Amino acid sequence: MTGFRVVGRDAPLPLGWKSFAILLTALAFAFFVCSMLLLVQGKSPWTALVLLLQGGFGGRYPLEDTLLKAIPLFLCSAGVSIAFRMKVWNIGAEGQFALGGVGATAAVLLLPPDAPAWIMLPSMMLGAALSGGLWGFLPGLLKLRFGLNEIISTLMLNYIGIELMRYLVYGPWKAPSSMGFPMTAMFPASAIFPSLFGRTHAGLLLCVVTALALAAFLSRTRLGFELRAAGENPRNARYARIPYGFLLLFVLTLSGALAGLAGCVEVSSTFNRLQPNLCTGYGYTAIVVAWLSRLRISSIAFFSFFLAGLKVGVENLQIELQVPAAFGGILEGFILLCVLAGQFFHHYRLVRAGAQQEGETA
Amino acid sequence: MSGDLFISLLAATILAGTPLLYATLGEMLTERSGVLNLGVEGMMLLGAFFAFFVEMKTGNHWLAVLAAGLGTGCIGLLHGVACLVFQGNQTVSGLALTIFGVGLSDYLGAPFVGTLTEGFQPFPLPVLGQIPLFGPVFFQHNALVYLSYLMPPLLWLFLNRTASGLTLCAAGEYPDAVSAAGASPNRMRWFGIFAGAFLVGLGGAYLSLCATHMWTYNLTAGKGWIAVALVIFAFWRPGHAVLGAWLFGGIMALQLRLQALGANIPSSLLMMLPYALTILALLWASARGRGRGAPAALGENIAPGA
Repeated sequence: MTGFRVVGRDAPLPLGWKSFAILLTALAFAFFVCSMLLLVQGKSPWTALVLLLQGGFGGRYPLEDTLLKAIPLFLCSAGVSIAFRMKVWNIGAEGQFALGGVGATAAVLLLPPDAPAWIMLPSMMLGAALSGGLWGFLPGLLKLRFGLNEIISTLMLNYIGIELMRYLVYGPWKAPSSMGFPMTAMFPASAIFPSLFGRTHAGLLLCVVTALALAAFLSRTRLGFELRAAGENPRNARYARIPYGFLLLFVLTLSGALAGLAGCVEVSSTFNRLQPNLCTGYGYTAIVVAWLSRLRISSIAFFSFFLAGLKVGVENLQIELQVPAAFGGILEGFILLCVLAGQFFHHYRLVRAGAQQEGETA
Repeated sequence: MSGDLFISLLAATILAGTPLLYATLGEMLTERSGVLNLGVEGMMLLGAFFAFFVEMKTGNHWLAVLAAGLGTGCIGLLHGVACLVFQGNQTVSGLALTIFGVGLSDYLGAPFVGTLTEGFQPFPLPVLGQIPLFGPVFFQHNALVYLSYLMPPLLWLFLNRTASGLTLCAAGEYPDAVSAAGASPNRMRWFGIFAGAFLVGLGGAYLSLCATHMWTYNLTAGKGWIAVALVIFAFWRPGHAVLGAWLFGGIMALQLRLQALGANIPSSLLMMLPYALTILALLWASARGRGRGAPAALGENIAPGA
């Protein structure tokens, strides 16, 4: 620290041009370092960067792809962010997503195949929200009753949930018509989300409704306001008559239900059936999205789109440059690390060692 | 006959428990200094890759182990930069490190999937290996297993009987006191992160050099996360970590046996076993006392002095 001193800010940096500049710098640094990794495999970082952004955002077809991936990602991220607001670390969106797929498929299998869409789709969503919600409720109960660390319990439930889904697809739910492949039968047309425009389906509406409902809940209701207070200090929250235990269960169940809905969207619109490769990491990317957006619903919409675009872009890299798909994980993880480090400057600033202690407020 | 089966199951328990033991001790060391590093899963995979890569290039097993330790230690330092320098949230930084580490090991290892390595071969220890029952269970394994037997007592001695070990624990309990005593809690935490990641790297090296002798995707399959849970299960005590690691080693060994025997249980349900047991183990630990033994300042950053 020669020449510079770290000084705490009086108040955290508000959302604005300065925090935006910090974010952009962190993103640029992350992209720079990750593209250097491409040199290891003898690929041009610049070409790769262009292909990445073109693949995700350059044109109508890529943008549609990105939007389709942004829908489940938004639902998962919104759920995760509600839990994070209360400092409840729900890392289990991946498993809740899988259970959502299972719940939606259960509804399809239980209803007669000729059931109309207005019965089929709501039943699927209900099934998904219930099963995903249950997968969020369980770690909540374990934390409340036994003080179990929710990071570990939600993570373990990811593995258990995905194995449960695989068990069903490989066993009792395997369709006789699938020639031995582990998958259910194709869903009837009434179990598939209708198209809104182009390839974009009604899952987008689900996102809009979720966003509006959550925004209203967080800013207009007492419970929504109490979330953050409860997260800051559970003991004080109890003194302030904030129902901590109820909030904990509520938040984790809601979080799980939203991830479950994302699972419903995926089985219905992307796969049209339940199959073992349902889980492709939306639940983990959701953590990145939630943190980048500093848990704000509007920013979550933006960053879901951005990270969905990167996912599509990485697929493009895979096809055009034979870059392994794992490059996406590197990018996401490193972006999160850099943005997290950048948030240091929301609370602190650097001043020249010689400068006066009480300079102008930066 | 069933006695032989039992002994071989116990021996398999030790083999399966060893990578968990390294990773648990590593994470324990880091947490005792007050830093929660949830990047174990990612770091362990990278350790496995570094070891595999150096083994493939040089054929020198011990150089491979050293590379895994040092390389993973350096990856751990990323967590240090994010949390100790830039005051980032330790939970989020650790998760980011796992996402990054899983991605990086898959990325770097993609061209080598399926490549075989020689790795460490088992050899019975003289005298000890001849003891009935104990010999086959404990002393007819490979060098990394024998090395792992030394780790818990060494870590215990370091944490409880050396000045720097006690300072490191103080940095995890009450960092202000360390500052007041004229030492730097952050320096202890840097050491805790690096040395802890080094041990986690050894756990990874075990997977590619001793367990599979081959590079494939997802070698850890959640073992890093189980190690994080085992630290809680062991109440942050090196001695307890041995029991936890071998208990889970036993479950994994049993799971493999049942699968190999073609028991009438779907493989997916068997696969759930270690993860479900992790939750049960934490329930047991919680019944013995919530958060017992946890460092008081675990997960809390030390604000930079003005």
